[in-house]
Amino acid sequence: MRGVSAGPPALGEPLVTGTGVAIAYDGFRAVESADFVVRRGEKFVLIGPSGCGKTTLLKAIAGFLTPSQGTITLDGKPIGETGPDRTVVFQDFDQLFPWWTVLGNVVYALGVAKGVHGSAARDRARAMLALVGIERAADKYPHQLSGGMKQRGAIARALALEPRILLMDEPFGALDAITRSQLQLDLNRIWRQTGVTIVLVTHSIQEAVFLGHHVAVMSNSPARIVEIVDTSAADDMDSPEFVRLSHHLRSLLITPESEARALQGAVE
Amino acid sequence: MTQFVATDTDAPMPEPRIRDPWLRLPTALRYAIVLVVLLALWQAYVTFSHVSNLLVGSPLDVARQLGADVANGKIPAATLHTLQTLLTGLAIGALIGFALASLAVFSSIGRDLLAVLTAVLNPLPAIAILPLAIIWFGLSDRSIIFIVTLATIWPVAINTDTGFRTISATTQMVAKNLGLRGPRLVIDVLLPAAMPYILTGLKTAWAFGWRTVVAAELVFGVAGSQGGLGWYINTARYYLQTSQIFAGLVVISVLGIVVEAIFSAIEARTVVRWGMKR
Repeated sequence: MRGVSAGPPALGEPLVTGTGVAIAYDGFRAVESADFVVRRGEKFVLIGPSGCGKTTLLKAIAGFLTPSQGTITLDGKPIGETGPDRTVVFQDFDQLFPWWTVLGNVVYALGVAKGVHGSAARDRARAMLALVGIERAADKYPHQLSGGMKQRGAIARALALEPRILLMDEPFGALDAITRSQLQLDLNRIWRQTGVTIVLVTHSIQEAVFLGHHVAVMSNSPARIVEIVDTSAADDMDSPEFVRLSHHLRSLLITPESEARALQGAVE
Repeated sequence: MTQFVATDTDAPMPEPRIRDPWLRLPTALRYAIVLVVLLALWQAYVTFSHVSNLLVGSPLDVARQLGADVANGKIPAATLHTLQTLLTGLAIGALIGFALASLAVFSSIGRDLLAVLTAVLNPLPAIAILPLAIIWFGLSDRSIIFIVTLATIWPVAINTDTGFRTISATTQMVAKNLGLRGPRLVIDVLLPAAMPYILTGLKTAWAFGWRTVVAAELVFGVAGSQGGLGWYINTARYYLQTSQIFAGLVVISVLGIVVEAIFSAIEARTVVRWGMKR
C-alpha cells in the first residue's frame, strides 16, 4: 500500500502511552485512572460497559478532550489538539460529508489535511476505496450507500491521511450482525495490508477477542482499566483459546457488583 | 440501537396507481388549466358586467398593456431597477446575516449580540424604517437599499444560526479531526452542512425584500421620485390606467414564480442531491 507503512506486522515499540490518565468533564470523572501502552502496529481494544469511559479515553487520545490528570504521549511527546495524525472513525453513519461523493470525501480530506490535490489525490483516494472494497461506489453520494458501505468509506478517508494511529469508536456498533462480521474480517485484512496501529472501542466481547492484540477491560464507578488481556493468540473463533479468553473477559465485565448496579438501574 | 439493513436505495419505488383521473394529468397541465379557467372567469366578468375599465382591466386589456410596455421598454426598465435595488440590499443583508451567525458560532458574546439584535429589530417591519432612512439618505435608492438590507439580515441570520447549531457533533468532530479551523471550517463544512437552513433563510429574505422594495417604491412614487415596479404601478394610478396597474402586478407575480423556480433548481442541485432534503 503506497504511503502507509507496509510489511509484516510485528508489535513494535510503544507508540501511545497513557500514564495515570484521569479525565473529568461536565462535573464528573469520566475516567478515574488509566495506564496503558499501545505498541506500534498493534490492534488495541477498549471494552467495557456503558459509561465506563472507554469512548472518553479514545477522545482524549484523539485530542478532543484534555486529561485533567496524567499524560498521554504519542512517540514520547504529549499529544496535542486533534489532528489528522490521529484520524477517527465514528459509530455514526453520517460521518462522511453528504455534499461530497465518496471519492470526493477522500479527495477533500487529502487536500485539507495533507495538501495533496488533483490527480495525485484522486489516485490515492481510489486506491483507498479499493482497499476497503467500495471502489464501485466512488461516485455515489453517502446517502445512497448502506450503513456498512458508509463505514467503509469513513475507514478509507481515515486511512488515506496516513495517520500514526487509527482510532475507531464502536465503528461497527450500528451495523446488522452479518455486515458486522464481514467488516471485522475486512478490518483484519486492511490491518495486515497496511500495518496501521489501531485503537478500537467496542461493546462486543467476540469483536474484542477477534480483533484485538490486547484488550483493555474497563469498569464503571470507578471508571478505570481493570486488566489488559493479551488476546493476540486468539484469531480463530473456534479455537479453545478464543473461548477461554471470551470467558475470561466476560468474568471481568460481568461481576456481582456490575449485576447489582444493573439491577439497581432497572429499579430506578 | 438502530439496526441498519443494507438496501439498494437506487432501486425506484413502484409508482402507486392513481385512482383520481384529474391527478393522472401532469402537474404543469393541471395548473395551466386552473389558471386558464380563472382568467376566463375574469374575462367573462369584465365582458358581461359592463364594469368600467377604469376600475377593472380585462385580462386581454392587461395582456395588451403588458405587451406594449414590455415592447417600449417601460416594464423591463422598471423591473431591472427594482431587481437591482432588491439584489443589492439582499446581498448586503445576507452577508451581514451570515457574518452575525458565524460570529454567534465562535463566541458567546456574538451569540448574545445576535439574540438581542434579532429580538429587538426582527419584529420591526422594515418599511417602518423608511421615514428614518429618507431623513438619512434622502429620496434615493440608497434609502431603499438600506431598508431592504434591514429586512433581509434577520431571516438569513436566524436561519443560518439554527443551521449551524443543528450540525451533528460527529460532523463537527470530523472537521476538527481534519484540522479545519476558522474561516475554512465555516466555508467548507458549516456552510454546506447548514445549507437547507441557509436556503430557507434566503427564500424568506427574498420574500421580505420584495414586499419592502415594492412598498418603498410606492411611497417614493407618491413623493415624485422615479424608478421601479412600485413606481410604475403608482404612475399608472395617477393616470387611471387600471390595466397598467394590473400589468405591474402580473410582472411582480411572475417574477415571484421565476425566483421560486430558481430556488427549487438550486435545491435540486444541492441539498436534494446530497440527501439532506427530499
